[in-house]
Amino acid sequence: MRKAIQDFGRVGVQLIEGFGRSGYVLFRSLFRKPDFKHGFTCLVEQIYNEGVLSLSIIVVSGLFIGMVLGLQGYNILEKFGTTEALGQLVALSVARELGPVVAALLFAGRAGSALTAEIGLMKATDQLSMMEMMAVDPLQRIISPRLWGGFISLPILATIFSAVAIYGGYLVGVKWLGVDAGAFWSGMQSNVSFRIDILNGIIKSLFFGIAVTWVAVFQGYDCVPTAEGISRATTRSVVYASLVILGLDFILTAMMLGGW
Amino acid sequence: MPDNFVTIKGLKFRFNDRWIFDGVDLEIPEGKITAVMGPSGTGKTTLLRLIGGQLCPHAGTIDVDGDNVPDLSRKNLYRVRKKMGMLFQSGALFSNLNVFDNVAFPLREHTNLTEEMIRDLVLIKLEAVGLRGAADLMTSELSGGMSRRVALARAIALDPQMIMYDEPLTGQDPITMGVLVKLIKMLNDNLGLTSIIVSHDVKEVSSIADYVYLLSDGKVIAHDKPEALFHSDEPHAKQFMQGLPDGPVPFHYPSIDLAEELFSERKS
Repeated sequence: MRKAIQDFGRVGVQLIEGFGRSGYVLFRSLFRKPDFKHGFTCLVEQIYNEGVLSLSIIVVSGLFIGMVLGLQGYNILEKFGTTEALGQLVALSVARELGPVVAALLFAGRAGSALTAEIGLMKATDQLSMMEMMAVDPLQRIISPRLWGGFISLPILATIFSAVAIYGGYLVGVKWLGVDAGAFWSGMQSNVSFRIDILNGIIKSLFFGIAVTWVAVFQGYDCVPTAEGISRATTRSVVYASLVILGLDFILTAMMLGGW
Repeated sequence: MPDNFVTIKGLKFRFNDRWIFDGVDLEIPEGKITAVMGPSGTGKTTLLRLIGGQLCPHAGTIDVDGDNVPDLSRKNLYRVRKKMGMLFQSGALFSNLNVFDNVAFPLREHTNLTEEMIRDLVLIKLEAVGLRGAADLMTSELSGGMSRRVALARAIALDPQMIMYDEPLTGQDPITMGVLVKLIKMLNDNLGLTSIIVSHDVKEVSSIADYVYLLSDGKVIAHDKPEALFHSDEPHAKQFMQGLPDGPVPFHYPSIDLAEELFSERKS
């Protein structure tokens, strides 16, 4: 019993320490004098690495999820004779929930894991220490552009995901199953609110972007600098980021529906 | 006697519950090559990290060119670090950059030189380590010895006053070892550097070192000129310098007596 309490206490202390360290890394990476000389080039490079290189998985997944939604939605709506509402169903599902959440989960798997592994490897091979010894702060030179790259990339990726998914729903619903194109688009136009549905989705993806990138860079920066340490950190990065996305999604949805 | 570039007094440093340094005093004379040697796990690399301000000691002072490193603010620490170059055991080259960009990195970070001037400087530094022809190679295309030479070129890019070498010869073939030893000596003499070499390679390092410190069990156990240490009667120094398998550092891992263990009842 005593040991169980001790273990519980130890885990609690480690958790708080971890939060403290990650908060420190985030604060020191973001709140500092901007380095215009190198910062912009590094940022563009990171938007390419995190955003552009994630584009293929986002587009393909978006297309398939949209197509599946179209198919499932049509089968259910057909029972009630309201297949014209398919456009509205696909758009609302994607813009409000699936777009931000699935894009963030994919982003955590593709870009987040890559970030953790890259930073962990830089730590294990003394590249970060070397940078420190060259009087260059790795938090500014390595961590900061990666954080900003993730913050900017994910909302754009989630928007692309939603657009492609809606097109996927259109392909299945209109082109394959014969739903009227006018009803599909006009139903969507009249029932999807820019502020409540689209903008809230983008706000969600912005929060997810911050969470995923923060988790990913911190796991890499804080990993045990060995091959095993990097692999564990990469796994933790994806697991923690996924859980944070889902938890945060519930909180944000509750706040948005509660009329915050 | 030249002035000391680094003076360490009463250094104490603990990792978890183990004292890595327990009252170490050490002086690194300016313009000389000083070797720090000792058995594995004695904290030689830790010593370099303490001098570079990457670790903070629990007690003692580390004076580098007039500044006590543990007391420095981040800004001042970075100012002092610009006087130091460091060569890590792995080379620590940036894997996303090629050889040229690796050497150019500190110049681009800390100077406002034009790209033409940076190019000329980088080529001069690479020429000094014999790798001007490898400027366009990626780091993954380099051998271990070449990586360390590129790292050396990068370490001297900003013309530091001191270079710290962390195990520069470990795992190298005899030719590469000879090249690196010659380079360290040549750069030290030609550029008027102060060099600290942490190494196990007694023979090679002793051939170029002006002074040697031997560390063991958290203390300096001997320090003298290399030839004097080779003839030292101090048991630790004798065992390490002559590579004897048994001595103060025992061959056998601590255990109960063999006969006692053999004739004892076997545990089920």
